[in-house]
Amino acid sequence: MNDMLTDTNALANADAPSAVTSYDGAAAQLFRKVGKQKVTAEVATKRMAWVAELYAVRDNKDRAAFAELFGHFAPRVKSFLMKSGASPDLAEECTQEVMATLWNKAHLFDPTKASVSTWIFTIARNRKIDLLRKQRRPEPEDLPWGPEAEPEAADAMGLQQETEQLGRALATLPEEQRRLIERAYFGELSHSEIAAETGLPLGTIKSRIRLALDRLRHAMK
Amino acid sequence: MTEMSKIKHHLTGPLLMGYAAGTLPEAFNLVVATHISMCDSCRAALAEYDAVGGEVMMSGAPVAVAEDALNATLALIDRGVVEEAPAKKTAGGIFPAPLQSYVNGDLESVKWRKVGGGVSQMILKTSDEASVRLLRIPAGTAVPDHGHHGTELTLVLQGAFVDESDRFAAGDVEVANEDMNHTPVAEAGLDCICLAATDAPLRFNGLMPRLAQKFMNI
Repeated sequence: MNDMLTDTNALANADAPSAVTSYDGAAAQLFRKVGKQKVTAEVATKRMAWVAELYAVRDNKDRAAFAELFGHFAPRVKSFLMKSGASPDLAEECTQEVMATLWNKAHLFDPTKASVSTWIFTIARNRKIDLLRKQRRPEPEDLPWGPEAEPEAADAMGLQQETEQLGRALATLPEEQRRLIERAYFGELSHSEIAAETGLPLGTIKSRIRLALDRLRHAMK
Repeated sequence: MTEMSKIKHHLTGPLLMGYAAGTLPEAFNLVVATHISMCDSCRAALAEYDAVGGEVMMSGAPVAVAEDALNATLALIDRGVVEEAPAKKTAGGIFPAPLQSYVNGDLESVKWRKVGGGVSQMILKTSDEASVRLLRIPAGTAVPDHGHHGTELTLVLQGAFVDESDRFAAGDVEVANEDMNHTPVAEAGLDCICLAATDAPLRFNGLMPRLAQKFMNI
């Protein structure tokens, strides 16, 4: 099962007419292998395809895979940065740096802890603090994930599905509530103005990560 | 790190969301990052707020990038940039990595200054929207009764303190707002060492503390 996620050759080098169908195909295969879960195949396929593309970048410096990720994410990173107060020029420059960081830090990505969308968001957010607010960003210290913590395909799939569900829940929130959450992330609300109740079904991703951390602590004893 | 499971007082949802959004003052970010380094439950909760941020980003209308953006980015990659590695804690210290990087070392590197009543502090350099300091309160000593204008975060790194609301030991974080007046007292035993951030001057009740406030620069 691990092989499907860590062996990029199986994913990226699958014989297929184009890069896109290749990644989608590999992800779909992965889904069939792992999943008897409730979220639809297309949904998991989309998110697992991003994971496969990122692994292809990490392992094979695959520029076609990078181009796929770039086409999908760069315009959204730029949009996020502009909504956070960056001028179009600064947002453009910053977006290119964010996408270059994705290439350079691909080895740090772990699909059992974040969806690709989440991971790119954290890179964009850190760049935003650096560039727009001109501040250092203290980060929590890294946990010493041991070899026991090799990504499990089922865990990765579960987290991708839960993130997709979170995204859908966000889209179906009443307009006013959704706006409030967006404003919090664009920096239009201070922490004391952020209401504690978000209306989002929070708790599923948290408990999954919590379990992984408990397993890690146990393994390190 | 057997203390982990004993942490009783955690960060609030709004603070975690603000940290995930990247909109908190640097001083608060330092307290949040230091607490998360010690607390699995807040680390997991943060992962979820990061995921919300990712979905907010994905739900926005895409904005076209420059025509040559992909090639410009590949050129940037080819030029080669050194990305800094994530922080690792120095072995044997009591300060988590993010705090060590602000102190430039662990407890023994702290340059304490006396501020009266046996209490010492070291102010750490951050952006000026809020301030953050290390405080050392000798075992058994009280910090003057004070209220708050803004928000005050106090994270215990060593020892413990007790105030009107509860007991706070290593790893616990107290989030105090303007409705709260309290007199924290360090427990007997080890000196209590805390990391405290505030986005407004503290408001001490009584003349002597107000003078102390002037000297403590808070």
